[in-house]
Amino acid sequence: MDVIWEGIIEALRLMLQGDPEVWQITLLSLQVSGIATGISLVIGLPLGTWLALGLFRGKGCFLSLINTGMALPPVVVGLWVSIFLWRSGPLGDLHLIYTPTAMVIAQTIIAAPVVTGLTAAALQQLDPRLQLQLLGLGASRRQMVFALWREARLPLLAALMAGFGAVISEVGASMMVGGNIRHQTRVLTTATVLETGKGNFALAIALGFILLLLAYMVNMLLTWIQQRDG
Amino acid sequence: MRKLTFILTLFFVLVLSACAPAAPVVKDMILATTTSTQDSGLLDVLVPEFEKQSGYVVKTIAVGTGQALQMGEECNADVLLVHAPASEVAFMEKGAGKERMLVMHNDFIIIGSPEDPAGIKGAASTEEAFQLIAEAQAPFVSRGDDSGTHKAELALWKKAGVTPEGDWYIETGQGMGATLKVADEKDAYTLTDRATYLANKEGLGLEILLEGDAALLNVYHVISVNPTACPKVNEEGALAFARFLTDPETQKTISEFGVDQYGEPLFFPDADKTDADLGLP
Repeated sequence: MDVIWEGIIEALRLMLQGDPEVWQITLLSLQVSGIATGISLVIGLPLGTWLALGLFRGKGCFLSLINTGMALPPVVVGLWVSIFLWRSGPLGDLHLIYTPTAMVIAQTIIAAPVVTGLTAAALQQLDPRLQLQLLGLGASRRQMVFALWREARLPLLAALMAGFGAVISEVGASMMVGGNIRHQTRVLTTATVLETGKGNFALAIALGFILLLLAYMVNMLLTWIQQRDG
Repeated sequence: MRKLTFILTLFFVLVLSACAPAAPVVKDMILATTTSTQDSGLLDVLVPEFEKQSGYVVKTIAVGTGQALQMGEECNADVLLVHAPASEVAFMEKGAGKERMLVMHNDFIIIGSPEDPAGIKGAASTEEAFQLIAEAQAPFVSRGDDSGTHKAELALWKKAGVTPEGDWYIETGQGMGATLKVADEKDAYTLTDRATYLANKEGLGLEILLEGDAALLNVYHVISVNPTACPKVNEEGALAFARFLTDPETQKTISEFGVDQYGEPLFFPDADKTDADLGLP
């Protein structure tokens, strides 16, 4: 039990004293996962909308595929991205393996299906008559989509939070494609694995607390945007 | 809509800030090494010094020796710092490596609970100790991860003429630090490198039961990946790193590492010795 107290004290000490290494690791975690979530939003919002509103053959099949994508194990994504980015792989000449960019790629592959799937679910949940009504009122297709997004803003932001939550907390892919390199690709989750391996349990617990705090702050910001007004 | 614009702007700013510090591609060098060197903290001392002296940016990937050698063979690393001499010789014979230099050694120890149920304390040799453990069916925790330590352990079982199998033989598939923890929880025997044991000693109920046998030396070599087999390899960087590790200045740093914290050195420099001096083929 002592180790938990030590962990909490260590977490407070690291945050209050602003340990530069922990600070850098935290910032990198936020950056990598933030960018990956952002790209997932850019991909997932239009794709999810198209899946929800479009009428085409194989829609159910495609939706199931996206929903399966939500369950993609990070290590599997990490393995595939590694195979492509290794020097011996097809994209080896880009020199991307063991860089933050590689981590962003892997995390985007993890988060994009989550954002897409939940976007589609959010829009399908709206009353289908709303679409007809908006078009009937003379809205262009584009205006209609914006109005629907506005109507579904609560579940859409929840989709974004789920995407961010999936990537900020994953360790398998970041470890494989990033390599957990000190000062370069070490993030909170991989640092936690490393410190646990070294037997520094207090520090590992402290890193875990910082990760949770970070996730809490990001989600608080998004929830604030979500709940503000209409 | 304003909110969306706000979020997008936020991410855009993040993207830009991530792109800013871009190092020149040719300066990158991938070092594949073992978890034991990383966990001991030695690389945290040596790598920054090398980067300062040479201007290379080192990407240290800590994996098991087996995976490190595999990475070298598949051209996914430039230089290796590993400790599994038999596999390394095979690696060189395949033409996968160019230069191979002796760097340092530390030693393995056998630790276990102070009760010592198999009675290995005072055994004449490592073989005998392993035979005693197998006969007593006393729990033994193995790394089981194809690391240098795991390979050394398997070689010792082979030498002892025992096939480790059964409920008493526990394979963790994890690094040394985690494996020590498992051994501690299960009051089991395990083979560990001294550095990781000393770094984790506090909080472990296990003690050293056998040490000092010549069969327990853990020898590290640096290997540069062969540019003939891998044209994309950073040969210059690899050789610079090998030269740096065997440089007298660095060798002195190695011999002093850990003394202030543990009262004894964790690694012993060997660049001026030959494989034969350490009893290797």
